[in-house]
Amino acid sequence: MYRPILCMDDFLVIDHVSKTFGAQRAVDDVSLTVAQGEAFSLLGPSGCGKTTLLRMIAGFERPDSGRILVGGQDITALPPELRPVNTVFQNYALFPHLSVWDNIAFGLRMSRRPREEIRSGVDRMLELVRLSEHARKRPTQLSGGQRQRVAIARALVNRPQVLLLDEPLAALDLKLRQHMLMELNAIHEQVGTTFIYVTHDQGEAMSLSDRIAVMNAGKVEQVDSPEHLYEAPRTSFVASFIGDANFFTGVAVELQHEGYVRVLVDGLGSPLVLSNGAVSANQTLRLMVRPEKISLTLTRPPSGERVNAFRGVVEDMAYFGSHTRYRIRAGEHSILAQMQRSRFSGGDIDPARGAEVWMSFHPDEGRVVRLEGAA
Amino acid sequence: MKRSWLPAIITFGVILFLFAPLVVLVVNSFNASRFGGEWEGFTWNWYIKLWSAGEVWESLWITLKIALSASLAAMVLGTLAAYALHRFRSWLQNVHHMLITLPLVMPDILMGMSLLALFVLTGVETGLLTIWIAHVTFCLSFVTMVVLGRLQDFDFTLLDAARDLGATQAKAVKKVLLPLLLPGVLAGGLLAFTLSIDDYVITFFVSGPGTTTLPLRVASMMKTSRSLPMINALSTLLIASTFLFAALSSRLQRRV
Repeated sequence: MYRPILCMDDFLVIDHVSKTFGAQRAVDDVSLTVAQGEAFSLLGPSGCGKTTLLRMIAGFERPDSGRILVGGQDITALPPELRPVNTVFQNYALFPHLSVWDNIAFGLRMSRRPREEIRSGVDRMLELVRLSEHARKRPTQLSGGQRQRVAIARALVNRPQVLLLDEPLAALDLKLRQHMLMELNAIHEQVGTTFIYVTHDQGEAMSLSDRIAVMNAGKVEQVDSPEHLYEAPRTSFVASFIGDANFFTGVAVELQHEGYVRVLVDGLGSPLVLSNGAVSANQTLRLMVRPEKISLTLTRPPSGERVNAFRGVVEDMAYFGSHTRYRIRAGEHSILAQMQRSRFSGGDIDPARGAEVWMSFHPDEGRVVRLEGAA
Repeated sequence: MKRSWLPAIITFGVILFLFAPLVVLVVNSFNASRFGGEWEGFTWNWYIKLWSAGEVWESLWITLKIALSASLAAMVLGTLAAYALHRFRSWLQNVHHMLITLPLVMPDILMGMSLLALFVLTGVETGLLTIWIAHVTFCLSFVTMVVLGRLQDFDFTLLDAARDLGATQAKAVKKVLLPLLLPGVLAGGLLAFTLSIDDYVITFFVSGPGTTTLPLRVASMMKTSRSLPMINALSTLLIASTFLFAALSSRLQRRV
């Protein structure tokens, strides 16, 4: 038998796929590759095209152009029932007229597997999702979390090469969501199947996936590991969608050694120094710094070449237990800062509303991101 | 707080208003008096007479044949119509929807007359077939409405899920859509069945010689006082079976 030699990194290939609904380009020339066994997320706001892309992988929508390959096989033209792909639907879509057991057995029955194989397959799945004692119940008799586990079992029992999960946690309440996060990671580790999540929740995407594709307006903005997306976002959309961010616009006034650049920002006293090289002098740049990277002090921090420091006035603050958030005005800028130390712990700062403070961050903590709209 | 007696009194009054005639009818079916003016003693006599009235049973048989076949046909056609109305949106479906709901609001006498006019025009002899066609026509509307209500609650991602799990389009419909619609289809069919059984006005226009359905038969029996108590006995039996069907129908509708 002919077996294509596969590069493991190109297990699922989305090759220049586009899809238009009426006048709207839902998915705009997207190309992605997902490795075998990877947990991958499509992340973006609603209407960004992530669900359309998922439905094209599942076979419910046909791309206008481009190809989709799984394990080297072009599945673009296959109907959903012939694809080596299964889906966990957002509302689970369990069959209400069938028991939990029969729901899970549905796929195996459709592919006419022998009775003994169906029985052992379903029982094994019930064990995996710890629902063996609920096998005879109807889906309506289960809790939200249990229903979701049935949906996962019903998809996984068919041993799909790719498992698609559409907003798997959206229908659950907060407490259950955190529990299911761990559970999903455990199931992924156990079965080793390629998981593709679709989610609008950056926290979910970060804790579920090895890599994330951030989508916006039908296009992929950046594909990276959660750490890289957070620490080194390439566009301001990614920076603001994943976590909170402060943005500044400024002009590069001096390129320094080791890839540092000195940037003059309107409304801040001294120029900022940042890492991330590939810029030229006099170029207009967009800078980003995360709130928790900014330190607050009442006095000017010890000056050094590698410290960015500027002054502002505390406008607002909110105590969150594990941290406190401050909104600080500096000229025309409103800057968000976040401190681990609680204001009651008697640290070296306890700024009140209206207090004048110093903000500082290390040049390596700031990033140059792409200007909105620029390629 | 003391609860008012008023709602209870009103409820009781309405129930009395609705069911008093039926009670009189049932009681009279066991009354030895021919005219039912006063109680003259208990008797099975009218039931025995009814038993040997061959033409009544013949009419019942015709009625059941028509009701069963017409409601079955309406179940199939009504389900298809409801699916089309729910799934597709176009001006054609708007017309379709209007045509389907028309028999629900159109006076029976108009429908009977227009059907007769059509049959005369096309030269179709009135009889079993024309009654069946007329009954399918109005039963169809009722089945469609009931199934349409059920379809509005149906989650069509279930069909996506079935296909995702390896079912072809036809298999998905058979294994998921039809089982979930079945209670609605059956409830609609039962409704159609009961409507067909007691239809008088439309049937009056489109029936022919030798196809006297039960309602037509009862009406003609009313003309002679001799058979009046027999009608009471027949009506009592019909009331009993109607209650049975109604109970069955509501049980089906309650099931998910």
